[in-house]
Amino acid sequence: MTPSLHLWLIAVLPLIGAAINGLLGRRFSRQTVAAIALGFCGATFVWVLFVAARFSSLEIPHVEIVAPWIRSGGFLVNFEMYLDQLTLVMALVVTGVGFLIHIYSIGYMWEEGGFYRFFSYLNLFMFFMLTLVLAGNYLQMFIGWEGVGLASYLLIGFWFTKDAAAAAGKKAFIVNRIGDFGFLIALFLMIKHFGSLDFLQVFGRVESGLEQGTVSVGLLTTIGILLMVGAAGKSAQIPLYVWLPDAMEGPTPVSALIHAATMVTAGVYMVARSHLIFNHAPDALTVVAVVGTLTALYAATIGIAQTDIKKVLAYSTISQLGYMFMACGVAAYSAGIFHLMTHAFFKGLLFLAAGSVIHAVGGNQDMRSMGGLKHYIPVTFWTMTAGTLAIAGIPPLAGFFSKDEILWQAYQSNGAYWFLGVVTAFLTAFYMFRLWYMTFFGEYRGGAAGPGHDDRHGHGAPHESPNLMLVPLIILAVLSVVGGWIGIQGVFEHFLAPVFNGGKALAEATPEAAGHGTEFLLMALSVTAAGLGWYLAHVLYYRRPELPARIAVALGEFYQAVVHKYYVDEIYAALFVRPLVDGSTRILWHGVDQGVIDAAVNDSAQGARHVSDAARHMQSGNLRSYAGWVAAGGAVVIAYMIWMGVR
Amino acid sequence: MLHLILFLIFGSICVAGAVNLLVQRHPISSALSLVVVMASLAVEYLLLGAEFVAAVQVIIYAGAVMVLFVFVIMLLNAGAEERTQGSRVALLLGVPGVLVGGVLVAWVLLRQSGTQPVALGALPGYPKIIGNLIFHDFLLPFEVTSILILIAIMGAVVLAGQPATQSQPGEER
Amino acid sequence: MVPLSYYLVLSGILFACGVIGFLIKRNIITIFMSIELMLNGVNLSFVAFAAHWQRLSGQIFVFFVMVVAAAEAAVGLGIIIAVFRTRETLNVDQVNLLKL
Repeated sequence: MTPSLHLWLIAVLPLIGAAINGLLGRRFSRQTVAAIALGFCGATFVWVLFVAARFSSLEIPHVEIVAPWIRSGGFLVNFEMYLDQLTLVMALVVTGVGFLIHIYSIGYMWEEGGFYRFFSYLNLFMFFMLTLVLAGNYLQMFIGWEGVGLASYLLIGFWFTKDAAAAAGKKAFIVNRIGDFGFLIALFLMIKHFGSLDFLQVFGRVESGLEQGTVSVGLLTTIGILLMVGAAGKSAQIPLYVWLPDAMEGPTPVSALIHAATMVTAGVYMVARSHLIFNHAPDALTVVAVVGTLTALYAATIGIAQTDIKKVLAYSTISQLGYMFMACGVAAYSAGIFHLMTHAFFKGLLFLAAGSVIHAVGGNQDMRSMGGLKHYIPVTFWTMTAGTLAIAGIPPLAGFFSKDEILWQAYQSNGAYWFLGVVTAFLTAFYMFRLWYMTFFGEYRGGAAGPGHDDRHGHGAPHESPNLMLVPLIILAVLSVVGGWIGIQGVFEHFLAPVFNGGKALAEATPEAAGHGTEFLLMALSVTAAGLGWYLAHVLYYRRPELPARIAVALGEFYQAVVHKYYVDEIYAALFVRPLVDGSTRILWHGVDQGVIDAAVNDSAQGARHVSDAARHMQSGNLRSYAGWVAAGGAVVIAYMIWMGVR
Repeated sequence: MLHLILFLIFGSICVAGAVNLLVQRHPISSALSLVVVMASLAVEYLLLGAEFVAAVQVIIYAGAVMVLFVFVIMLLNAGAEERTQGSRVALLLGVPGVLVGGVLVAWVLLRQSGTQPVALGALPGYPKIIGNLIFHDFLLPFEVTSILILIAIMGAVVLAGQPATQSQPGEER
Repeated sequence: MVPLSYYLVLSGILFACGVIGFLIKRNIITIFMSIELMLNGVNLSFVAFAAHWQRLSGQIFVFFVMVVAAAEAAVGLGIIIAVFRTRETLNVDQVNLLKL
């Protein structure tokens, strides 16, 4: 019996920080608030490291039941913490990157109002995310799932006085909810057919049920597809991705932490955790892969036409998440998790660096008025370069290894996935380097800095960010460079193998068997694609910067559609939002609420009033009329009594 | 036989007095009719042997209460009633109701012709026996009614006394 | 030998007259006298039953009824005088402030 590692501490420490800052932070100085938030976040990171150090001596999977929760008939749910390799990887990523972003946020948000609120929410998010990651059963994971959605809502709408931010927060939460509906139905199906939500029990019963024939593949396919619906909502895949670009209204550290590194990866984690269900439902896997691939390509095409630096990164996130789902969809779960990890590094870095850029130019986010910044903000420039190279998949940086692993696994399943993945890689490189050139090269097009919410100090020329913001950038840049090396010779995959053992059975044969030659050929092809993208961006945005405008005009309508994100938001608004709001107003509000419920109350009051109006004529104040009533009543009673007596 | 004749004579005097009370317009006439009713009722009580009750009826009821009524009528100088509009409910519902009720009761009672007849002077109510009962078995009600009379006296004095003049609050009592 | 029911019928007639007087009379004092008439009718029935069942408690009850009637008459007339002072009328229809 391995000793308890108090895994619950990992999740609860940030909660304590959130509570302290949330309840008392208003009275603290900024230094205190920052220290508390950073302290608890750091403490949880240290604890995860401690657990990691002890990891090899544990029996895997290591489950710690903290307390019982639901005991209803035969249905048991506990508060339990579950630890295996997958959990450890996720926990390290979440706490590590989270810690760095906390440090960065202190510098970024230093001059903002609501400082304590921000850090309270940030810690709260950490709590929920860690609950999700360390959960031992689906219900606890769902708590974390919903909780991160809540934290995301609070943080997106942090500047809630701004209409766009409040609306974006609402949109994120509502669209997430739609996905959660699918997740919930899947949970209900699990309860009905497997009688439990505990991971080990569910997976065990799936296996035994398949053997005995009590569980059908159709059921597993349904559950898998419903889980994917939930994941599509949380991880911004088609058709529920629309909230992520709007979520850029939130502060940039929020975008880095939640909408790049951690929350949006919850869907990938959930699919990977449920790999046993998916492996036995090939149709569900196909759905996952197709959705992932299409989303990756689709988002990349939108990304090439965006002018807001954060929106480009947002669509890039959606696209990279599509890659992760593509990997899971071909049962290459460890490749997906690998890319999740490297993506956390370089996407987090890119967002933080973008924040630094925005801070440097005084709050402006439009790339068309940036340019030539590499002289003004060199540290930001070099770190962002590292991130850009990583995401484009240029060896030997991190993104190359993970993306290539995915493409190789995809090729082994279906060539079409691979091809679309390569096209997406080309587009990724193109729009990332486009961003790079537009921001850092050429002449500074900024002129006088516009008023932005970052602009507290009167701006002249763009300036570098404080060290508090630069240090995390540097650390993440280093990780983006070396983080992928853990994938060489399949060390990472080997580490995660005990988790996904069942998964490999359905995938094609191990890479070694398919031949190194093919693998290297494919690798070369994808690197070439990335290089082509870089070159194209170089031509269009460095050498001949007047070309893009001419191309845009030439493409006309099509270009306009891409710029407007294929009008998807408008279509959704017309198809779903407006009918719902109209129906709600007319039917539910005027019809039901006012017409039935209010009317019932009001009319019953009116009715009582009418009845009493009629009855009050008896109170005439006339003594004899009262006496008359008494006499009449008395006569009736006497008559009745006589009748009873005579009967 | 004699009993029946006496009963009928004084019974009809009762009824005549009661009807007269209804018919008369001036309250003083009604009051005097009521005195007649009470007197004949006293005779009826005697026929039943209730001597003490008959005496008390005449002395207290007819002699004190009715005198009080007459005093008040004269004090207030009540004149004859005018014909004003009465209560529709009373006339339409009450009177027929009472009549119907009364007829019903009478009919029931007279149907039971097999009731035991009551003899002349059936239950002698000597003052001695009654006093004995009052001060032994019915002591509590007796005491309570004494208090009741006390309260009634105080109430009558307060109600009918001179109204309080518009004096400064806190000045009197 | 008078049957009991005759006494009761007489009592009933007196009571009914009292009620009718209460209903149709306009003068407050006359209404009060009708109440006394009712009480008298009831007294007669009490005494009749006492004689019928050979129990003296009926007569004692009559005694108490008379006491209460006297008290009630005293207080009631006091009220009438008070009302007369303010309203200057003995017409019961004009004492109708208790209406809605």
